[in-house]
Amino acid sequence: MKSLKSEHNILADAHEQIEILEHGANHDDAFNLVPFQQKLEGIGLYPLKPTALEIFQINVGKMCNQVCKHCHVDAGPDRKEIMTRETMQQCVDVLAANPSFTTVDLTGGAPEMNPDFRWFVEEIKKANPQIKIIVRCNLTIIRANKKYYDLPQFFKLHNIEVVSSLPFYSKDRTDRQRGDGVFEDSIKALQMLNAVGYGLPESGLILNLVYNPSGAFLPPSQTSLEKEFKDSLKKDFDISFHALFAITNLPISRFLDYLLQSGNYEKYMGKLLAAFNPSAAVNVMCRNTLSIGWDGFIYDCDFNQMLELKVDCSSKHIARFDCNALRNRSIVVNQHCFGCTAGAGSSCGGAVTV
Amino acid sequence: MSDHYYNAADLSKFGNIGEYQKELADKFFDWYGAAFADAALTAKEKSLIALAVAHAVQCPYCIDAYSSDAYEKGYSEAQMMEAVHIAAAIKGGAALVHGVQMMNKVKDISM
Repeated sequence: MKSLKSEHNILADAHEQIEILEHGANHDDAFNLVPFQQKLEGIGLYPLKPTALEIFQINVGKMCNQVCKHCHVDAGPDRKEIMTRETMQQCVDVLAANPSFTTVDLTGGAPEMNPDFRWFVEEIKKANPQIKIIVRCNLTIIRANKKYYDLPQFFKLHNIEVVSSLPFYSKDRTDRQRGDGVFEDSIKALQMLNAVGYGLPESGLILNLVYNPSGAFLPPSQTSLEKEFKDSLKKDFDISFHALFAITNLPISRFLDYLLQSGNYEKYMGKLLAAFNPSAAVNVMCRNTLSIGWDGFIYDCDFNQMLELKVDCSSKHIARFDCNALRNRSIVVNQHCFGCTAGAGSSCGGAVTV
Repeated sequence: MSDHYYNAADLSKFGNIGEYQKELADKFFDWYGAAFADAALTAKEKSLIALAVAHAVQCPYCIDAYSSDAYEKGYSEAQMMEAVHIAAAIKGGAALVHGVQMMNKVKDISM
């Protein structure tokens, strides 16, 4: 499987995706969904404003060793967009100058494939030893090549919080979404993380897993699912982890392609709308997060980043970071945002309501 | 009124039955929600029971709803099909066990 971009698929174009989200698959408005903005207006939440600048999420590149069917980044081995050390240094400088950021969330692609990944982690820690660093690790990268075998030790050395995708506790559903052999490699990687202390109750080395649906449906209850994951992974593979984040797939990039190809697009959007939850809307992650792209541009979230919807204020690039402008901006919303407000809500930290 | 009896789009209009009799509809949906909540059985287990019953009563709306719900809650295709076989086995058995009644009757009237 290749990325949409390398296949020259029309959906590799962010503008095309936005056209579909706003005007339907044929751009003819035959499918009319209530505008997300209107739903926010109905609950007095529009324009959507930030509550704080706490989470600094950095997408260090689109290169990945996997090509998952649902990937909103359209990541894969054929993607060459990688954050440079210069841009990383600009991020470090911003973090040093803005102590309101308590968390750095490193994502990709597979962030570990950026050649400057380890240098970047070390520089962030030097700039602010107290800051929490999260790495969104796809697990299989740890097993992909000898040079990554020591990643668990590296994570431990810097007390990095590891958040790892595992779509399900069974091979069938996992491999269908992420590719053949992914489940087996993921299990081995989780055992390597457990072996250095990650995920063990008293270790303080946090290992959280991410579930996302392998199809056109919403996640079930995060609490119930976490118990099932814990019981099953412990019983079958003696694996421990801390929390499970249930994340909804947003209709972007490859998941949008899947929805269109399978004839599920309109039904899925209808499902997201029907499940609109005002409490989830209040707690959406873009209200306390900034998302930095591989080329240094600033977005409200990783999804807006993939749709190339830059922040709506003067501070659009890390080189011209302006805390006040960003704090007072209005968050850019569109129809894909229904994915974060459906049911219990969805964020990079899972459900946003109890 | 359409010219066919079942329309998939009607499933999402189930809640509209309250337009004609709100009080009873409210009671039904409250009770329905409570019946499906986590309790002595989990909501997940109840979903699989609902899937089997949906097949037994051959309700296309219920099959639509609980095929999605059971799959969303994590049941595999094999588990869901086994549940349908249980529904079929009970329905088949229910027909067949009446064969004893037939046999009794024949024995009553035959020489």
